[in-house]
Amino acid sequence: MNWYGIRAIYKFEMARTGRTLMQSIASPVLSTSLYFIVFGAAIGSRMGDIDGISYGAFIIPGLLMLSLLSESISNASFGIFFPKFSGTIYEVLSAPVSAFEIVAGYVGAAATKSIILGLLILVTARFFVDYEIVHPFWMFGFLVLTALTFSMFGFVIGIWADDFQKLQVIPLMVVTPLTFLGGAFYSINMLPELWQKVILFNPVVYLISGFRWAFYGVSDVNVGISLGMTLLFLVLCMTGIWWIFRTGYRIKT
Amino acid sequence: MESIISVKGLGKTYAGGFTALKNVDLDIRRGEIFALLGPNGAGKTTLISIICGIVNPTGGSVTADGCDIIRDFRAARSKIGLVPQELATDAFESVLATVTFSRGLFGKSPDPAYIEKLLRQLSLWEKKDSKIMALSGGMKRRVMIAKALSHEPAILFLDEPSAGVDVELRQDMWEMVRGLRESGVTIILTTHYIEEAEEMADRVGVINHGEVVLVEEKNTLMQKMGEKELSLHLPEPLQQVPEALRDLPLTLNDDGSRLIYRFDIKSNDTGITELLRRLNEAEIEFRDLHTRESSLEEIFVGLVRGEREEKAEQLTKETLE
Repeated sequence: MNWYGIRAIYKFEMARTGRTLMQSIASPVLSTSLYFIVFGAAIGSRMGDIDGISYGAFIIPGLLMLSLLSESISNASFGIFFPKFSGTIYEVLSAPVSAFEIVAGYVGAAATKSIILGLLILVTARFFVDYEIVHPFWMFGFLVLTALTFSMFGFVIGIWADDFQKLQVIPLMVVTPLTFLGGAFYSINMLPELWQKVILFNPVVYLISGFRWAFYGVSDVNVGISLGMTLLFLVLCMTGIWWIFRTGYRIKT
Repeated sequence: MESIISVKGLGKTYAGGFTALKNVDLDIRRGEIFALLGPNGAGKTTLISIICGIVNPTGGSVTADGCDIIRDFRAARSKIGLVPQELATDAFESVLATVTFSRGLFGKSPDPAYIEKLLRQLSLWEKKDSKIMALSGGMKRRVMIAKALSHEPAILFLDEPSAGVDVELRQDMWEMVRGLRESGVTIILTTHYIEEAEEMADRVGVINHGEVVLVEEKNTLMQKMGEKELSLHLPEPLQQVPEALRDLPLTLNDDGSRLIYRFDIKSNDTGITELLRRLNEAEIEFRDLHTRESSLEEIFVGLVRGEREEKAEQLTKETLE
């Protein structure tokens, strides 16, 4: 195992975050805080409880998940896309590092950044909304698992994208709508019966539901199914990455 | 002499059907400077990219210092450093950070003393904290070299190292390459500047249309394929080569002021004595004379053109048949 290689990629990516603190950390923390202020403190105080939880507290897991998904994808996709774009990918491809080590470096760094960001958002939320965490171990577990899974997904997008527009298409046109419709702001039990069934095809429902269970002990779907679906997506992403390195798709001719 | 890189039957056909390399066999000797010459699109960069692991081959095998580049890729790649043709750098990184990154990537433990020595050798130490985007093209090229040398490779590939580099830096680079060879590093360079190969290489390989046309010691090549030219400066220009001398390999330059005689370097009988006797008999005077050997560039152009003509001839023959 080339540990120095993994460390070099990891440190390189983390240093990039250090150089772009405003964009990488401050901006998502600020935008999520605005949601807490508007929907939590202002509008939330005039709304009734959902499943016995105040509306401000209810939306925390969903908003956290929204930031976690978009930042994990964005960090990892940009991390691998930029060397492809600038041409410096030649160095990674010619180095004695295996596919696993490359992924460990890039995805590890992207997931770390997202986890740090998630924890910062959680701390910031405390200033605006009262909340509790019933299962802190599971909350952290879901946080790490989601960050890791969607960083892998971002890695796949970064390999697939051959211009900056494509880099943004999936996070903005697919992931964000799925998160908004996946129960970030409401319980799926509040939907008409037909839509309650349709929405189960949205994979983000399972992520938010599981995460909310870890916070408050209530969920829209069984927590075991949530965990299973997250793991399934992780396996799908791992398979995608394995195929990319096996075939050299868009990285090797 | 022992081979450090051994290429056997290497082939590469891209997905679009273009064949960049056809059954290439090549051995690079340990400790030499090998110049790989070829026109644009000949397959030089593809060959280097396969050896370095950037491009997948479609056939054949390569070993670097005895290690197969696919089965034993870790050992093979850790011995190789690559300076690519394009100036691909991490624009927002500092010089020191990017070179340190390269060393780690290649599996070497941090060694600040070595990195400092390397940056000093390449006159980059003063710029160690500068962002790469703030450097000149020549400086960026040095950074690329520093990155390639950061893990102390035994083999260094320089793909068009002098592209876009000023004369002074080119001289410095040649000096550095010689220094590396002295320290035991094997250097393979591709170049469009034939004088670069002529100046530095121990051996020369010519690649064209994905095939290695020849591999030869530079000096032997220049002796074997080189011609020498005797130029006679005439006091009065001539309209044409005199009738009495038409059987000799003589030509006139454009303005008729010089008679040019070409002869084979390695031949025992150059025919110069005979030429001078015949000039005397024909009462043709000259006021000065000098000789000149063909350059590597002329040999290279001759080889590539010769191969092209041979191919065209073969194609015509096949079409007629």
